[in-house]
Parts: sequence; C-alpha cells; structure tokens
Amino acid sequence: MEALIALLIGVLTAGGVFLALRAQTFPVVLGLTLLSYAVNLFLFVMGRLAVGVPPVIHAAATGYTDPLPQALVLTAIVISFGMTAFVIVLALKARAELGNDHVDGLDNETDRRA
Amino acid sequence: MSFADHLPILPVLLPLVAGIVLLMLPAARLAAARAVGLVATLALLPLAANLLAATADGAQFVYLLGNWPAPFGIVLVADRLAAWMLAVTATTAVFALLYAVQGTDRQGRHFHVLFQLQLFGLNGAFLTGDLFNLFVFFEILLLASYGLLLHGGGRLRVKAGLHYVVINLVGSTLFLFAVGTLYGVTGTLNMADLAVKLAATPPQSAALVQSAALLLFGVFALKAALVPLYLWLPAAYGQTSAPVAALFAIMTKVGAYSILRVYSLFSGQDGGPLAGLLDAWLLPLALVTLVLGMLGAAASRSLREQAAYFVVVSVGTLLTAFGLGHADALAAGLYYLPHSTFAAAALFLLADSIARGRGEMADRFEPGPAMPRAAWVGGLFFAVAVAVAGLPPLSGFLAKFMLLKAALDTPAAAWVLGVVLATGLLGVVVLARSGSLLFYRTHPAPDALPAPGVAALAPVAGLLALLVGLTVAAGPVSDYAAATAAQIAAPQTYIDAVLGARP
Repeated sequence: MEALIALLIGVLTAGGVFLALRAQTFPVVLGLTLLSYAVNLFLFVMGRLAVGVPPVIHAAATGYTDPLPQALVLTAIVISFGMTAFVIVLALKARAELGNDHVDGLDNETDRRA
Repeated sequence: MSFADHLPILPVLLPLVAGIVLLMLPAARLAAARAVGLVATLALLPLAANLLAATADGAQFVYLLGNWPAPFGIVLVADRLAAWMLAVTATTAVFALLYAVQGTDRQGRHFHVLFQLQLFGLNGAFLTGDLFNLFVFFEILLLASYGLLLHGGGRLRVKAGLHYVVINLVGSTLFLFAVGTLYGVTGTLNMADLAVKLAATPPQSAALVQSAALLLFGVFALKAALVPLYLWLPAAYGQTSAPVAALFAIMTKVGAYSILRVYSLFSGQDGGPLAGLLDAWLLPLALVTLVLGMLGAAASRSLREQAAYFVVVSVGTLLTAFGLGHADALAAGLYYLPHSTFAAAALFLLADSIARGRGEMADRFEPGPAMPRAAWVGGLFFAVAVAVAGLPPLSGFLAKFMLLKAALDTPAAAWVLGVVLATGLLGVVVLARSGSLLFYRTHPAPDALPAPGVAALAPVAGLLALLVGLTVAAGPVSDYAAATAAQIAAPQTYIDAVLGARP
C-alpha cells in the first residue's frame, strides 16, 4: 500500500506542477488544487499507514494510529479550501479586469503561445 | 494567573478581537471603524513595550495554550527576538494606519478588518513556538495580505495580486511538505522539541531531514524575497496602495525572522545532521539579492517600484548580516531591521504624496509639473533618501558600519565589504537621480494641483523622527540587539525554557 500511496502523491504533485506552470489562470487554479490534494494525502500518511486501528483510546484496541496528522490534515484542508475559493474569485476578477485569462494579462495570440 | 502571565497572548488576541468587532460594524460606519482600528493598533504599542521590558533581562515567557505542557500542546514563546519583532510591527502598523485613515480605507470594503487580521497573523507568527502553528499564522497573514494588496482594485493591481497569490499558494504547499516530512521523521512539531529530536536523527534519516529543512528554507526565502524568489515583490509592492506597501515593509522580515528562529534552533546543536546547513547558501544568496535589488532600483521607472526594490535591497543586507554566522553581525542585522522597515515604510508613504502632487505624471521618472509645497516634500524626500541609502547621520549608516565591522573578522570579509559598499554607492546615485528628476526637472504646472496636506506628510515625518531616535539611542538599542543576538546564539536556553514549562 505504501508504494501505491507514494505513486499517487507523486502523480498528483507532477500533475499539479505541470498545470501550475500553464499560462491560463484556470489550469493554474486546477494545478494548485492538485498540489493541495497531494500535500494533504502526504500529511495524512506521515502518521504511517495503519488499517483498522483507532486513533483515540479504546478499551478493545490492539494498536493505535497517530491522531495528530488527521488533525493537521483537517486544518490544511480547510485552509486550502478557503485559498482555492479565493484564487478562483481572483482569477475571475482578473478575467474581467484584464479582458482575458492569461496569467500575465496578455491577449495577443502569439504571446499566449510563447 | 495574573495579568502579566497572559502578556504573551495579548498581542495575538487583541487584533483578532478588533478584527471581529470591525467585521460586525456596518460599512457606513467608517468613522467608528477608523476609531476601533486606531485604538486597537495603538494598544499594541504598550503591549510590545511591556514585552520588551519583561524580556530585557533574558527571560523567556512560555505560554501554554490550554495548559498542555510542550511538546503536547501548542506554545507561544516571548523572548527578546519576538518582543523586538512585535515592537517593530506595532510601530510600523501605527504609522501605516495613520496614513490609511486619510482616505485609502475608503477605496474598498473591509480595509480595517483586513488590517487587524494582518497584524493578528504577523504577531502570531512572531510568537508561536510550534512549526505547524507557524504555517497557520503564515496563512492568516497571507490571506489578509491578499485582501489588502488588492484593496482599491485596478488592472495592474489585480495582475500583480494574481502572481502574488499563486506563488504564495505554491509556497504554502511546499511548507506543508516540509512540515510533514519533519513530522514523519521526528514525530513532533514543537520547534524546541524538534531541535532536540533533529540533533539525534539516525544517519539513515539524515538526508530526509536535510531535504525537508532546505525545502523549509526555500519557503522562508520566498517570503523574505531572497534571490531567485524575489521577482513577485516589485510588482506587488509597487502597485498596491501606499499604507499597505508601508505595512508590507515588515512582511519580508517575517521570512528573515523565520530563517533566524528556525535555523538557530535546528542547527544550533553540535553534530546534528542540520549543523551548518545554510552556511553555503544564505550569505551568497543574500549578497546576490543585494546586487540584483540595487540594479532593479537603478532600472525602475517609477518611485514606488524603486521603493519596492529598496525593500529587496534591505532583505539582502539583513540576510547578509544573518548569514555571516557571527554574533556581532547578527546584532547589526537586528539593529538594521527596524531601521530598514521604518525607512521603507516612509519611502512608500512619501512616494504616494509625491504621486498625488504631480497630477497625471504620478510617480514616473519623467519630467513633470512642479508640485506644490515642493520644498517641504523635497526636504522630506532628502531625509528619507539619506535613511534608505544608509548615509550618515541616520541609523542606516550605523547599522551598516556595525555590519562591516563584524564582517572584517570573517573569511567572507572581502565579498561582504565589496558588495555592501558598492551597492551603497549605487544607492546614493540612484536616489540622487530620482530626487533631481522629481524635484528639479520640472515645468510650471498648467493647473493647480492639490497640495499634500500636513496630515499626509506627518506619518513620514513621524517615521523619520523614529529613525532619529534610533540614531540618538543607538547605544541602548544596539545593546539590546547584541543581547538578542547572544540569546539566539544559545538556543539551549530556549529549548530548556519551552520543554521545562509547566502550568
């Protein structure tokens, strides 16, 4: 399972970095979202992978999983959720103010391809 | 517990409560919002002064939130460095707000709410003793800064804001990767506990810990605007409104503070895998930042852009002092920190008055109409330029002198002296050219332009008075800076204070 999770985080990060380097705001927002998914998953598994064990004290428990990464990832999810909402609104505002969705506000077709 | 026991948390709570109160005020009640904002910001001054006095003897106040002892709970730590940063922040904020209430806050909604939340994030970042909590306070101050940066709107501001937001979101993601890796290896996030655990890292995890620590350095370098991660700064600071840019003069110092705090703890222990980790990076990068920042200032097309590049220059100088790894250089850096913050804030505020006085030419470096009250504005510009360039008699000269004197004993002396002195000379030339262009190459104004009021120039004069104060009181201030540097150089006292604190 470790290999699968590691692969998943790697693919999400690679996709996020690729999209974040695009020239239009929408792929950039998607890229940032993928990056935040990757980091949330990464934080979550930093408490080690464990199956079927409780995070809080339980009389019948045979072992425990680390509860702290779960709290951390909850905080990180809330923050990245708020940030994504903000950056979407900002991208829309930039689209309205600059008249196009290029990250540098260019509207020339050749500039955009470059 | 007495009132004094709660002192470390008050600078965090006060702006938060003020921000919430301001949020509940209807938008039409601007006068009330200004009053609440000003009172809350002014109240930070006595709090910071109290903390300065309380920590002056070397005491380190550890505030256990919820009375959970470290490393199980989150702690706030007030030591000399934290109190110093709080005092500089509160002072800069007061003058920025005094300028903002003269009309900037009317250009959009929720200015005062965002201003207080920005202070909430800044003060929290300086006080926290927990790495994940540092991330959370970074996010708070960044989210508030996004709102403040875009305050007032406009094409160029939105464009600069988009770049600023995206690059900082990427930075936040990297921060989380670094924090996650450190937690995965050590199982703790308390900075003092991390320092202990990192020093005892088994060799097979050393590479993992080093990469996490360097990733964290990358994030802090991004906040501090260190080469090559400074490209977002000139547009963002140059395009935003003047009081926001003045407040942002402290924002790059958050990155510098984090580098100092985190790496003094992580690499303070002898023989750990992180010992001397930044030695190869910080000083060369800081010197390159200094050179590129000054070249950027020389190539700027407007005064606000130039002021933004001088912020980059001040980061270069500050991190040169931090990177020398010498207690005297560190003390010089800590003395330079308030100087550079106040000088940059004054330059941003004055640039706005100059731009208003030149009509359509604004602050562009082109011959324009003679501005009203040019003698007063020009006089202030001269004094601010002297401060920014680091010429005698103001405190910038003393700070640079202390830095160069400390650098003489280090192997990098030739590089530091050469770069700091050459960029200093270029700075004088650049500012002299800007001043002569703005104030002498003028033609009579075709129609009467609005004269900058006394109220608009008063915050600039106030900041200059503070710089004079820093110069006159250079003895006690540099003593405090030296004591702070000594405390940072002995991280074991910090670790003992945090891990030994009991409710």
